[in-house]
Amino acid sequence: MSAVIDSHHDDHHHGPAKGISRWLYTTNHKDIGSMYLWFSLIMLFIGGAMAMVIRAELFEPGSQIVSPEFYNQMVTNHGLIMVFGVIMPAFVGFANWMIPMQIGAPDMALPRLNNLSFWILPVAFGILLSTFFMEGGAPNFGWTFYAPLSTEYAPPTVTFFIFSVHIMGASSIMGSINVITTILNMRAPGMTLMKMPLFVWSWFITAYLLIAVMPVLAGAVTMMLMDIHAGTSFFKAGGGGDPVLFQHIFWFFGHPEVYIMILPAFGIVSHIIETFSRKPIFGYSSMVYAIASIALLSFVVWAHHMFTVGMPIAGELFFMYSTMLIAIPTGVKVFNWLSTMFKGSLTFETPMLFAIAFVALFTIGGLSGIMLAIAPADFQYHDTYFVVAHFHYVLVPGALFSLLAGAYYWIPKWTGKMYDETLGKVHFWMSFLSVNLTFFPMHFVGLAGMPRRIPDYAMQFADWNMMVSVGAFLFGISQLLFLFIVLKCIYNGKEATNEVWEGAKNKGFEWTVDSPAPYHTFSSPPSLESLKTSS
Amino acid sequence: MEARKSVLKLTLITFGMFGFGFTLVPIYDIFCDITGLNGKVTGPTITSYDEELLTREVKITFVTSNNKRMPWSFKSSSPQMRVETGQDYLMDFTFTNTTDKPMIAQAVPSVSPGRGAKYFHKTECFCFEQQFLEAGESITIPVKFIIDPELPNDISSLALGYTLFDVTEEFANLQANK
Repeated sequence: MSAVIDSHHDDHHHGPAKGISRWLYTTNHKDIGSMYLWFSLIMLFIGGAMAMVIRAELFEPGSQIVSPEFYNQMVTNHGLIMVFGVIMPAFVGFANWMIPMQIGAPDMALPRLNNLSFWILPVAFGILLSTFFMEGGAPNFGWTFYAPLSTEYAPPTVTFFIFSVHIMGASSIMGSINVITTILNMRAPGMTLMKMPLFVWSWFITAYLLIAVMPVLAGAVTMMLMDIHAGTSFFKAGGGGDPVLFQHIFWFFGHPEVYIMILPAFGIVSHIIETFSRKPIFGYSSMVYAIASIALLSFVVWAHHMFTVGMPIAGELFFMYSTMLIAIPTGVKVFNWLSTMFKGSLTFETPMLFAIAFVALFTIGGLSGIMLAIAPADFQYHDTYFVVAHFHYVLVPGALFSLLAGAYYWIPKWTGKMYDETLGKVHFWMSFLSVNLTFFPMHFVGLAGMPRRIPDYAMQFADWNMMVSVGAFLFGISQLLFLFIVLKCIYNGKEATNEVWEGAKNKGFEWTVDSPAPYHTFSSPPSLESLKTSS
Repeated sequence: MEARKSVLKLTLITFGMFGFGFTLVPIYDIFCDITGLNGKVTGPTITSYDEELLTREVKITFVTSNNKRMPWSFKSSSPQMRVETGQDYLMDFTFTNTTDKPMIAQAVPSVSPGRGAKYFHKTECFCFEQQFLEAGESITIPVKFIIDPELPNDISSLALGYTLFDVTEEFANLQANK
C-alpha cells in the first residue's frame, strides 16, 4: 500500500514522465514550449521546401518543372504554413518557455488547456497537408483565400482547409487566453505591469490581438463553408452577397494578424540588444506605449490591402493616413534600439548579430510598407513582387530572424549547453547575405511590373529572378545548418553557466535559475529585490 | 478565484468577436446602401426628371448570366444601347425555361462601376419579383430605367448585370411554411 502511494508521489514531483507519454500528457510549460518550437521548425522545413519548388519553377522564364495548378498549391500552402505553422507557433513556443520564467511563475495558469492547444495543431496541419493527396489537390487560392476563388471556384478540398483553419484558430485563442491569464494573475510579488520584461509586454498585447481577430477569421471561413455547402450568399454577388465583403472581413483579421507576427519579435529583440549592449533598454515605457499604439492602430488600417477594389476617395485617404501613422510608434521603437546600443559596450555574439540585422532589415520592410501605404502609388505596386519583397522583408529578416536570435539567446538556458559560436556566426552571415539576395531584387522586378503568384514571367525579369532563386536556395541550405547547430548544441555542446551571457546579469529572472532550467522553476515566487541586490 | 474570472472574460470576448464578424455583414450592407458602393441597387425610386436639366449621352451595357445549376436561357434583346440621361428607356429581356419541368427563377441585379449604381434608376424590373415558367415556356419582359442626370461626369458608361437564380425549392418551402 505504502509502495503504491510512494510511486504516485514520485510521478508527481520528480521531473518528467518517461517515453512518449511525457510529451502526450505533459502540462509542463517547458515541455510544451519545446514541442511548439520543434513543431514550427519542422513546419519551417516543409514550408521552406515549398518555397524551393516555387523558386525552382521561377529560376528561368517559361514552364519549368511543375504545372501551374501545382504551382498555385505551392504558393498557397507555403503562405499558410509559414504564417500559421511556423511564425505563430514559434512565438507561442517562446511564450510558453519564457513568460513563466520571466515573471517568476511556476507554470502557465492553465496547463491542461496548454497541452490541448498544442496537440490540436499537428491535427490541423495534418488535415491541411493531407489535401495534397486528395482528388482536386490542395487549396490553390492563395493564403488570403479570397472568395469566390475559395468558394465557387475552389477545389473540393477547401472544406478540409476550412476545418483546419478553425482548429488553428482555436489553438491560438486557447493559447492567448492562457498567456493573458498567466500574466494577469501569476506575476512575482512587486512586479507591476510597468515592471514586466518587454517580451512579456509584447505577448500580453499580442494575445489580446489574437483574441480579438482569430474569431473574426473563424467567422469568415464559417461564412465560406455556408456559401459552399448551405446555399447562403455571403460572398456571392449573384445572390445579393458581395465578394468585396470577404476582403473586408479577411483583412479586418489580416492586418492585426501581421502585427501578431511581429510584436513578440520586438520583445525578443529588445532583450537581446540590452544584454549585448550591457545597458538597460532605452525608453522602456515608450516601448510599451509604442507596442500598444501599434496594436490599436492595426484595427483601423485594414483596407490598405485593398485600395484597388474601388473605394471612395475619402476611404482611401483615411486608410492611407491611418497606415502612415503606424510609422511613428514603429520609429520610436527603432530609435530606442539604436539609443540602447549608443555608447554601449557592444559585443557581437550570434543572437546580437541577428538582432541588429533584424533592426536594419525590418526597417527596410517598414519603409517599403510606407511606399505601399501611398494610395495612388499602390495602384501600381498592387499584386506585384514589390509587395512580395515588402512582406518577406518584415517576415523573414524580421520575424524569422528574431526567432533565430531568440533561439540562440535562450538555447543555453533551455539545454544547459552552449551552441557552437563559430558555426552560429557562419549561419548568421549565410542567412544575412542570402536573405538579401533573395528578397532585395524582388523590389526591382516588382516596380518593373512583375505580377505575384504567376508561375511564368516576361523575359526582361529573367536575370533578377535567377539571382533571387540562387539566394533562396542558399537561404534554404543555411537553415539546415541551423538545425545542425541546434542538434550539435543539444548532444555535444559545452556546459553553459547559469548567467550564460556576461551582459545578462540582473536582466531577468530567467538568468537566476540553473542552466538547463530545472523541470520546475519558481515553486515559490522570487522577489524583484533579489534581482537588484545581486548586482 | 482571479484566474477563473480572467478566463471567463476572455472567453466572452472571443465569442463576442465571433459574433462581431457576422455583424460586419449587415453593417457592410447598410454602409454600401448609404454610400451607394459596390453596385448594390434598390427598388424603384424616381420616375421622371425635369426636362430643363442638362442631358448627356451614356453607354449602357447589359450582361446576363446564370448562376450555377441554372439551365434557363436568359438574354437581353441587344447587348448595349446609348441613352440620354433623364429619359425613360426600355430594354427587353427574354427568359426561356429549357427544362422539362416548371421552375421559378429570380434575377439579381448589379451595376458597375459601383459608384454609378445610385444613379441607375429602374422604374420597372422583373428583378423585384420571382418568375414562374412552365416547361419549355418563354417570356419577354422589359426593364424600364432612367439614368440620373446627376451621374458624375467621369462616368461615361454603365453596365447592368443580372444573374439568374433557380429559386424553385426555396419558393416551394416558403409556400409550405405559410
